[in-house]
Amino acid sequence: MDLEAAKVIGAGLAAIGVGVASAGVGFVFGSFLQGALRNPGAADGQQGRLFIGFAAAELLGLIAFAVAMIILYAV
Amino acid sequence: MAAESKIDPMHQFQISGISGAIDGSPFVFTNSALWMLIVLGSITLFMWGGLKRQIIPGRWQAAVEGFVEFISGMAISSIGKEGRAYIPWIFTIFVFIIFSNYLGMLPLSVVGPHPFTVTSQFTITGLMAIMSFAIVLIVGFWKHGLHFFSLFVPHGTPKVMLPLIVPIEFVSFMVRPFSLALRLFVAMIAGHILLDVFGNFIVNGITSGTAVGYAISAISFVFIVGVNALELLVCGIQAYVFALLASLYINDAVHLH
Repeated sequence: MDLEAAKVIGAGLAAIGVGVASAGVGFVFGSFLQGALRNPGAADGQQGRLFIGFAAAELLGLIAFAVAMIILYAV
Repeated sequence: MAAESKIDPMHQFQISGISGAIDGSPFVFTNSALWMLIVLGSITLFMWGGLKRQIIPGRWQAAVEGFVEFISGMAISSIGKEGRAYIPWIFTIFVFIIFSNYLGMLPLSVVGPHPFTVTSQFTITGLMAIMSFAIVLIVGFWKHGLHFFSLFVPHGTPKVMLPLIVPIEFVSFMVRPFSLALRLFVAMIAGHILLDVFGNFIVNGITSGTAVGYAISAISFVFIVGVNALELLVCGIQAYVFALLASLYINDAVHLH
């Protein structure tokens, strides 16, 4: 296999991580909604924590994307 | 398939000189600098319009006050009463990020020049992250002296676990500016690449002149409208998350867990 083909395959494999992170982000918001619908009064106070969880889950997907871009353009 | 153009999504992030070339002289007025000036100008205009100090605020003043109250509420709720001192810095990065995100989304290329997203450059986001981190370090050492290192030892950790916990806490502390900068810049890059690729699909489908090409153009057009809406949401969320995490890190320095 030449380097060009290996690069494209590697970038595609790295992009799987983005999809997995989307499951993580969905889980964060889904869990927040579950809690918020049971106790709507407490929901507004927890929005900061919601976005911290979202940021942590999203960061890992973005790192996977960055790895794919590095493989495609920088290696 | 006639005139199929190669899709080059990274071209929009290239920094090019407006006055003179980039290679020789160290002082070049680039498109990045131009868009930072535009961001500065629109922030100045926005804030200046809201500084009339009327008792019953008009629409513009209400918008500016909404911005300020949003950030000061966030800073005070996450740092506490001492948070008032850090509102200027948090407000500055929030407004700069949100303005440059939204100005980079403007569809100006329909009529002429391409907008340049300032926050899609790692140097810009990295500098803001390093400055936030420097505030954390300076405030931490100023307030607590060498006691600041107890940040690496969470409350109630058993003595046996210390050799394991302290390196983990140290790494997670040191990686903060990096993750702060990476999140914003990669989110911006990813969104703009997506928009560029699907925009190219539309154009290539129409220029191909076949029925399949037209169908692909139509599907891509519907998709790109949705992606645009998502990007507008992400622009706001990323600015909010950056400001929120910066204030949480400052809270660590002020209160040591």
